[in-house]
Amino acid sequence: MTAGVDTLRLTAEDALGLVERGEVSAEELHGAYLDAIGERDPELHAFLRTVDEPEGSSIPIALKDVISTRGVETTAGSKILSGYVPVFDATVAARCKAAGLTLLGKTNTDEFAMGSSTENSAFGPSRNPWDPSRVPGGSGGGTAAAVSGGLAPWGLGSDTGGSIKQPSALCGNVGLRPTYGTVSRYGVVAFASSLDQIGPVAKTVRDVALLYRIVSGRDPCDSTTVELPAPVELPTAERLDGLRIGVPRQAVALEAIEPGVRSAFEAVLALAEELGAHVDECDLPLSFEYGLPCYYLIAPAEASSNLARYDGVRYGPRSEGETYRDAVERTRDDGFGAEPKRRIMLGTYALSAGYYDAYYGQAQKVRTLIVREHATAFESFDVLATPTSPTVAFPIGDKAADPLAMYACDLLTIPSCLAGLPGLSVPCGLSEGLPVGLQLVGPQFAENALFRAGHALERALGLDLVPERLRT
Amino acid sequence: MAITRDQVLHVARLARLDLSEAEVEQLTGELGAILDAVSKVSELDLADVPPTSHPLDLVNSWAEDEPHDSLPLEDVLRNAPASERDMFRVPPTA
Amino acid sequence: MTWEPVIGLEIHVQLKTRTKMFCRCPVGFGAAPNTQTCPVCLGFPGALPVPNRTAIEWVVKLGLALGCEIAPRAVFARKNYFYPDLPKGYQISQYDLPSCIDGNVIVPLPDGEHAVGIVRAHLEEDAAKNVHVGGRTGRIGGAEYTLVDYNRGGTPLVEIVTAPDIHSAEEAKRFLQLLRQTIVELGISDAEMEKGTLRVDANVSVRPAGSDELRTRCEIKNMNSFTHIARGIEAEVERQIAVWESGGEVEQHTYDFDVATGTLTPRRAKEEADDYRYFPEPDLVPVEPPEDIVDRLRSELPELPAQRIGRIGETLDHERALVLVTGGLDPLWEATVAAGADGVAASNVIANQLVGAGVDPGAVAANELAKLVEARDRIPRTAFDEAIGRVGEPGFSAEPYVAQEVVSDTAALEPVVDAILAANPGQVEQYRGGKDGLLGFFVGQVMKETKGQADPRAVNELVRAKLAG
Repeated sequence: MTAGVDTLRLTAEDALGLVERGEVSAEELHGAYLDAIGERDPELHAFLRTVDEPEGSSIPIALKDVISTRGVETTAGSKILSGYVPVFDATVAARCKAAGLTLLGKTNTDEFAMGSSTENSAFGPSRNPWDPSRVPGGSGGGTAAAVSGGLAPWGLGSDTGGSIKQPSALCGNVGLRPTYGTVSRYGVVAFASSLDQIGPVAKTVRDVALLYRIVSGRDPCDSTTVELPAPVELPTAERLDGLRIGVPRQAVALEAIEPGVRSAFEAVLALAEELGAHVDECDLPLSFEYGLPCYYLIAPAEASSNLARYDGVRYGPRSEGETYRDAVERTRDDGFGAEPKRRIMLGTYALSAGYYDAYYGQAQKVRTLIVREHATAFESFDVLATPTSPTVAFPIGDKAADPLAMYACDLLTIPSCLAGLPGLSVPCGLSEGLPVGLQLVGPQFAENALFRAGHALERALGLDLVPERLRT
Repeated sequence: MAITRDQVLHVARLARLDLSEAEVEQLTGELGAILDAVSKVSELDLADVPPTSHPLDLVNSWAEDEPHDSLPLEDVLRNAPASERDMFRVPPTA
Repeated sequence: MTWEPVIGLEIHVQLKTRTKMFCRCPVGFGAAPNTQTCPVCLGFPGALPVPNRTAIEWVVKLGLALGCEIAPRAVFARKNYFYPDLPKGYQISQYDLPSCIDGNVIVPLPDGEHAVGIVRAHLEEDAAKNVHVGGRTGRIGGAEYTLVDYNRGGTPLVEIVTAPDIHSAEEAKRFLQLLRQTIVELGISDAEMEKGTLRVDANVSVRPAGSDELRTRCEIKNMNSFTHIARGIEAEVERQIAVWESGGEVEQHTYDFDVATGTLTPRRAKEEADDYRYFPEPDLVPVEPPEDIVDRLRSELPELPAQRIGRIGETLDHERALVLVTGGLDPLWEATVAAGADGVAASNVIANQLVGAGVDPGAVAANELAKLVEARDRIPRTAFDEAIGRVGEPGFSAEPYVAQEVVSDTAALEPVVDAILAANPGQVEQYRGGKDGLLGFFVGQVMKETKGQADPRAVNELVRAKLAG
C-alpha cells in the first residue's frame, strides 16, 4: 500500500490535498487504487474494466459504464454494446478530464441502467462491500461498491428512478441525484430521457458537492440543460437551525419499510431536531401511491424508443439474417437481456395505437399531479425526508425472479425523480449491520440546501463508513 | 390486466424482437402482472390535468446554424459490424 | 354522371440551411459517403439533438407566407419505426402541435380565384440514403444487400399538407408553381424537384360533382416534375372514375406513376399497418416563438407571388400574371412597362421570346427591352429575334435594331410578289380553286425571298389582292 494512502478511508478532498501538496503523485495515487482493485474487486466485481495509465494530473474517478468514454469500451452493462468503443466523450467525462481527473475505470451497472440491484448486468452482478452475498443496489451498484469498497475516491453514476441514491444507501455512502437539467446527458447511454440525470457518488457530502461543481452547468450539446442559478457551495455549517424538514406521511406509512430502516430514520430525524431543525409531517397523498405505476409507464415508454437504435447496423455485435428485418430482430433478441426486453415490450405497448391515452398519456398527467404535490409541500418546507430505500441490502437472487418486487425497491426514490427534483442520500445508521440511507429531497436547484443539511447530519452522526469486515 | 399472446407477438413485431417461444410465454405472464400494477393510474380522473413531458419549464433551446467539424471517416466506421465503400452494409430490406 | 376530382398534396421542402436540423453537420451535396456525419446524426449511444434556430425561423416565415397561424407552442415528436436510413429508430418530427396551421393559398384560375387550405406545415429531419446493391438496376426488389450513407440524414425538411381543396390536375400544377415561387423568393430553399429539394405526393379521390362527400383516396408518389404530377393525377382520376362507374369500389393503395408509359403501379402493401407510436420528444423542449419575432418576420415578408398575381392581374389578366410571377419575370415586366412599353405586348415578349431565347431576366436593361417591344411589328423579324437573343448582354443597345425598317412599300414588294406567283402556277390555281390556306405559302416565299425584311402584313395584303385580281 502506498504510504499515506488508505483507499478505504481517503475522501476525494483528502486525495486532492495529497496530490496538491505533492505528497503523492497522480500516478502513485492511481496505482494505489489499482492495487486495491486488484485485491478486492475479484470479489466485489465493481469494475468492468480499468485503465492502467493515468492521463490526468489529479485524482482518479470511476465512471458508470453508461457514460461514453472515448477510446475506452462502454457497454451499459449489455451484450448488445459488447466491444463498443465510443469515438467521443460524454460531456461529463470531458469535464472530468478538463479538471484533471483521471479515468480509473468503468463500473458495473444493471443493463441499460434498468434495475435496482446490478443483478441485471450482462457481465455478472456486483457485490456489497458490507456483505458480498448481498446486492450493492442498482442500477449503479458498481460505482457505489467501488466507493465504499475503497476502490475509487469518488465516481459518477446515473439516476433515473433512484439508481444513484439507492445504491448509495445500500453501500453506505453519499449519492446525489441532481435537479433535472443541471448535468448534461450528452454521451450518456439513454434510458428514459425525461428522467435520466448524472450525479456524483462519494464518501462525504463535501466530496459530492465538489464533483457536482465540476460536472454541472448548461451544455450546448444537451438542449435540456440550464445554467445553475447560483454557484455550488461546499458546506461547512454543522447545525441545522431554521431548517424546515417535511416527512411525507404517505411515505413513512408504507409497510414495505423494514423496522430497522424505520428506527434508523426516526433516530436521524431526532438528531436533526437537536441540531435545530423543525421536523413535521406533510401530505403528498398521490405521489407515493401512484408514483411507481406512473414511473413504470413513462420510463419504459421512453426507453422503448431510446433503445430502438440498437440494431447492429452501426455498432455492437450483429446476428445474421437474410433480410435487414431478420438481422435486426435477431440482433436485438440476442443482445438484450430479460429486463430491457420486458421494459421495451411494456413501453412499446404503452405507446401503441389504442393504448396511448390510457397508459402513457394518463401517466404524463399523473406526473403533473406529482409535480404539483411536491411544489405545494415546498411552500411550507425546505427539504422532504424519507428513508432512501425501504430495506437494507438484500441477498443476491432474492428478488431477481420477481420483477415487481424489484421495482418496489424504488418506491421512495421515484416520486421526486418524476418531478425532476434533486435528492441526496446520506448514510444515517445501520440496521442488522447493514447501511441505512436518509433521502433528502429539495425543490429545483436546491442542491446547496441539501448539501448543508447532509453535511451537518454527517458531521453529527460521525459514522464509520468503512464496511466493518474491511476495517483493520 | 391480462395481455394476450397475440398482443405480445404484435408488440414484439413493433419492437423488432425475435422472441423465442419460451420468452413469449414468460413475457405474456410477466407483462400481464406488470400491466395490472401500472393500470392503477387509470383510477384517477384526470380530464382537466395537462400532461408533463419535461420536468423543467424550459422553452426555446436551440443553436445557431453554424457548422462544426464532422467525424473523420475512420471514427464513423470504427464500430461498424460491416461496411463497404465507406458505407454501412446491411442485408437487403425486401 | 359527372365527377369531381378531390386532391390534396403533401409537399416536402428541403431547407437550404448551412447545417442539419438537429446537429451542426454541414448540409451539402456530393460529399463522399459518411463524411458529413457526427454522433448525433449517426444515432450513436448517448447522442442528443439540438435544434437549428434558422430552420425554426424559416418555417415560421413560410407559415406566415402561406397565411398560417403560427403556433404559440410547437412540440417536437418522435415517429418510431425501423429502417436502415433511420439511425435512431425514430424520426424527430412534429405531430399534434406543429409550427404552423390553418393557412391558405389563393390560386388564380381562368374562372376566378380559388383558395387552397393549408392544414399544417411542420419541421422534421430527412432520412439518410440507402443504396441497394445487386439485383436489377439498384431497385429494392431483388437487391443483394444495402449500403447506408448518412450524409443526408438529419437535413431539415418542412412538410406542408394541403386540405383536399384542389379539384383538377391543372389547379394542382398552378398551386405548386405558386408555392414553389413563394418558397424560392423567401430564400429558404431552392425547391427543385429534379434535385429532390422539393418532393410532392398527391392524395386523390373523386366524387359526384356537386356533392361534398369524401370517398376513399389513393396516394401517388415518385413524381419528378409538376407536369408529371398533373399527368399522374389525371391518370389516377381516370382510373378511379372507371372503377366507380363499373360498379366497383376504390380501395386504398399507394401508386407510383411512370410518366413515360402513363401507368400507375401499385406499391406492395405492407405486412402490417405502421403504428408510429408518436409521443413528445423528451430530448427537446417546446418552441414558443416570441411574438415580437413573429411580428418582425411578418413585417419583413416581401410582396408575395400570390399578392403580385392579384395586383398585376388587374392591369393585365390573371393568366398572364400567373405566368409572369411564377416564372420570376414580373420584376422585369414591371420595369419594362414603367419604361413605356405596352403591358400585354411586354408580357408576350418576355414570357415567350425572352424565355425561349434563354435570356436571364435579371441581366436585361428594361429601357432597351421597352424599345424592342415597341418596335416589334415595325422591324424585320430577324432583327427582332437577334435583338432579343442579345438583350441580356452588358451594355446592349436597342438602337441599331429598331432603326431597321421593314419594307412595306408596295412599289418595292410588287415585283417580288409577281415573281413568286409566276413561279408557282399550280398553287395559284389551287388557291383560286378554294384552297385558302395556300396564302401562307405565298407570303412565306416572299418573306424568304426578301430575307425577312418585308413587312408580313403588307405582303399578305398584296398577295391577296394579286390573287384576287
